[in-house]
Formats: sequence, C-alpha cells, structure tokens
Amino acid sequence: MHALTAVFAADILSPELGLLFWQFVVFILILWLLSKFAWKPITGALKEREDSIENALKSAEQAKLEMTRLKADNEKLLEEARAERDAMLRQARQTADGLIEEAKNKAAAEGNRAVEAARQAIQQERQAAIQDIRQQVASLSLEIAEKVLRGQLKDEAAQRTLVNRMVEDSNLN
Amino acid sequence: MAQTPEEGHAAQADKPFNIGEMITHHVADSHEWHFATIGHTHVTLPLPVILYIPGEGLEVFSSSRFHAEGHHESGHEKHTYKGFYIDEADGKLKATDPSRKFYDFSITKNVASLFLSAILLVVVFGSIASAYKKRSGQAPKGLQSLFEPIVVFIRDDIAKANIHGKDKHGHPMYEKFLPYLLTVFFFIWFNNLLGLLPGGANVTGNIAVTLFLAVATLIATHIRSNRYYWGHIFAPPVPKALWPIMIPIELIGILTKPFSLMIRLFANITAGHIIILSLLGLIFMFRNVFVGGVVVPFVLFLNGIELLVAVLQAYIFTLLSSMYIGSAVEGHESHDDLGH
Repeated sequence: MHALTAVFAADILSPELGLLFWQFVVFILILWLLSKFAWKPITGALKEREDSIENALKSAEQAKLEMTRLKADNEKLLEEARAERDAMLRQARQTADGLIEEAKNKAAAEGNRAVEAARQAIQQERQAAIQDIRQQVASLSLEIAEKVLRGQLKDEAAQRTLVNRMVEDSNLN
Repeated sequence: MAQTPEEGHAAQADKPFNIGEMITHHVADSHEWHFATIGHTHVTLPLPVILYIPGEGLEVFSSSRFHAEGHHESGHEKHTYKGFYIDEADGKLKATDPSRKFYDFSITKNVASLFLSAILLVVVFGSIASAYKKRSGQAPKGLQSLFEPIVVFIRDDIAKANIHGKDKHGHPMYEKFLPYLLTVFFFIWFNNLLGLLPGGANVTGNIAVTLFLAVATLIATHIRSNRYYWGHIFAPPVPKALWPIMIPIELIGILTKPFSLMIRLFANITAGHIIILSLLGLIFMFRNVFVGGVVVPFVLFLNGIELLVAVLQAYIFTLLSSMYIGSAVEGHESHDDLGH
C-alpha cells in the first residue's frame, strides 16, 4: 500500500508531455476562437447596451430639464398674462371711475347752476314781489292817506302829524 | 468522477478490492475511456495512441490493440503491440525495450475530455455571441441571460477591479486581458463540471493542465509589465543593504505566484475526487448495505460541495490571475496609494 501511494503521488505530480502538448494546442485554439468569435461580440454588445442605457438615461434627464424649463417658461407667460389682465382691469376701472367722477362733477355743476338760476329767479321774483308790494303799499297808502286826509285833514297840523306818522310806520324796508 | 466503482473488481473473489488502485485508476489519466464494468464486460471507449519515436517517426493506432485478444479470464494480462504495452501499475504506456526512446502524444481520456470541453465552450459561447448579434438591442434570453451576469461579473469585479490604468492608445488596460480571463474562467469551470460527471475525466485535477494554465498566467502577467513592476523587483524600496536578500525573494516571488495557482487548482479538484472515491470505496471494502445507506447521502452532499468548489476554484484562479496582472501593469500613482 505504501509503495502504491508513492507511485500514485509520483504519478499524479509529474506533468505528462502529451497532455501538456494537447492542453497547449487546445487552450491556444479556444483562446483565439473565443476571443474572436465570442468575447469580442459579447463584450461589444454589452458595452453597446450599457452605452445606450446611459444615453437613454442622460436624454431622459435632459428631457426632464427641458420640461422644467418649459414649465418655468409657461409659468412666466401665465404670470405675465395675469399681470397684463390686472393692469387692463385696473385701467378700465380707472377709466370708469374717471367717467363717473366726470359725470358726477358735471351733474353737480349742472345742479349748482340750476340752483343758482333758481335762486336768481327767486331773487328776481322776490324783488319783483317786493316792488309790487311796495307799489301796492304806496297806492294803498295813497288811498288810505286820501281817505284819512279826506276824513281828518281839517287842520293842517293834524294833517302833517298824520302823514309823518304813517310814513314812519310804513317803513317796510 | 463519481463513477460507479468497478463491481467487476469486487466480484472477483480471488482479487480483493483495492481502494488505492481504484482511486488511482479514476484520478489518473488513461489511454482508454472506461465508463463502467458490467459483470466481466468493460464498457470502454478506445482512444487513439499517438507516439513519436525519434528516428522512426509517428506511430498511430487504437488503444484497443492492447486488448486485441479480447477478454480473457485474466483480463489484465500484458498485451504488447508494436513493442509497447500499458503498465497496469500506473496506467502508463511503456516500451518493452526500456532503452527505446519515444514521446507519448496519445489522445488520452484527459485529452479527449479537453477536446469535449473545448467544443462545448466554442458551441455555447459561439451561440451566445450570435444571440447578441441576432437580438441586438433586445433583452438577453436563455443561455445568453444565464451567462451574461457571469461575463459582466468577470469584467467588472475581476478584470476592471484589479487591472487599472490605460494603454498608450487610451484604452483601459483591463480590456487587453479580459479575453484571457474569461477563457480561463470558463475553461476551468467547464472542465471542473465535466470532471464531476460520472465517468468524467480529471482534467483540471491534472498537474499538466494546471501547469499550463499557471504558465499562461505567468506570461500574461509579464507581457505588458511596466518599469514600476520591474523596479519593484530589482530596486525594491528598502535600504540598499537589504537588496541582496530582497531581490532574490522578489525573483522567487515571480514564480511562486503561478506555482501556487498550479497547486491550488490541482489539489482542490483532485482532493475532491479522492474524497468522493474514498467514501464510495468504503461500500466495497465493507460490502455492507448499511454503509451504503450512510455513505451515499454523504457523497451526494459532497458532490454538491464539489459543484460549489468547481465554480469557486475557477473564480479564485481568475481573480488571482487578474490581481497578478494588475500588479504588473499598475502605474506609479496607484502604487503610492497602497503605501508602497
């Protein structure tokens, strides 16, 4: 058994020329064949796929950026539109306010003028009425005076006293 | 390799079962591919014997010539053909005249298995490569998706992770070695797995094969080695007084690295086969069915472990190869980072 173990150890530990030769031939052959017809297309395809995935990711990222940019643009446009609308509304309101103010002023002026005219008319009427009253009073006074004069004016003194007193009393102003 | 041990041997009452012989027979190379023995009939594939005899030229004949007379009761008798015979003690081909010089280039069991694995590798990866061409831009499918993660793993975690720098054209250095690393990985893995099949040959557990692979890594390491690598060997960064010690150590180091690769792969695979064969041999030594009941589940478990070892050893060989290559092509900057 011991001798056999020694033979066994010597046997499996000594490389054989024939196998070494065939291993050389086979390995070089498959190294060449696989490198040319397997590893090159496989690693090439893997790299291509990785590149395409990377590119896809990159373009997705770019599209996302583009989207945010567009969104920001839209936001800005919207903001501008809103501002414009506000400005237009404000202007319209101002115009309307101006119109109302003008109308109001005009109305007020018209009213004032009417009032003034009315007042003037009233003043004139009043003046006329006073004039009228004055004339009537004068004529009445004359009538009264005539009557009184006729009745009382027997003497001159009495006549004078009466006239004076009546004039004083009839001071209407 | 977990081949049905030869019932024939055990059945021969006059010849007791010899476990050492059985293991040697299964682990060592052979000139014929023996699958099984049913009764007294050997199910064997004879393989071509190719001999180069200096002065006489090539001699090619079938190994069945050594059994030309058919099977006798003494089936293991020496049969000589053209002055050669198979020595039953070590299974080697020998000349009847010991002084006759010849070189044995026979297609042995290991060589045949080697061819088989080479064909398998070329067919499998050739079809995967054509799938990549045919299904360009599509998701991988079938074999393609089975091997793609492994190829990517070898590329990213073995080659790219250990081989840094760029060549003078600006291409990453690892791309130069990736075909070699991929070939070595799948060559070792496929042969390890073929070796585990019942009746399979022990290719990666043969020292000649691992010797060649180790030499290939040695060459790959030095083919593009740079001046920093050689500077590290011939002008190590230690006081000059230590150079007479350090330089020989560094020079030996060049050889110990591939040597360790050679021994590691050979020993792991051969040991796995020997353990399984020894356990199965117990059944025939004790000739007891209860031993079989214990041994068979355990052998099954060990076979599972061997499947793991098959891929692990391929991984270790490839990883260490890429580390050795990486250390030889590394630039100076990264050396400083490592504190050298």
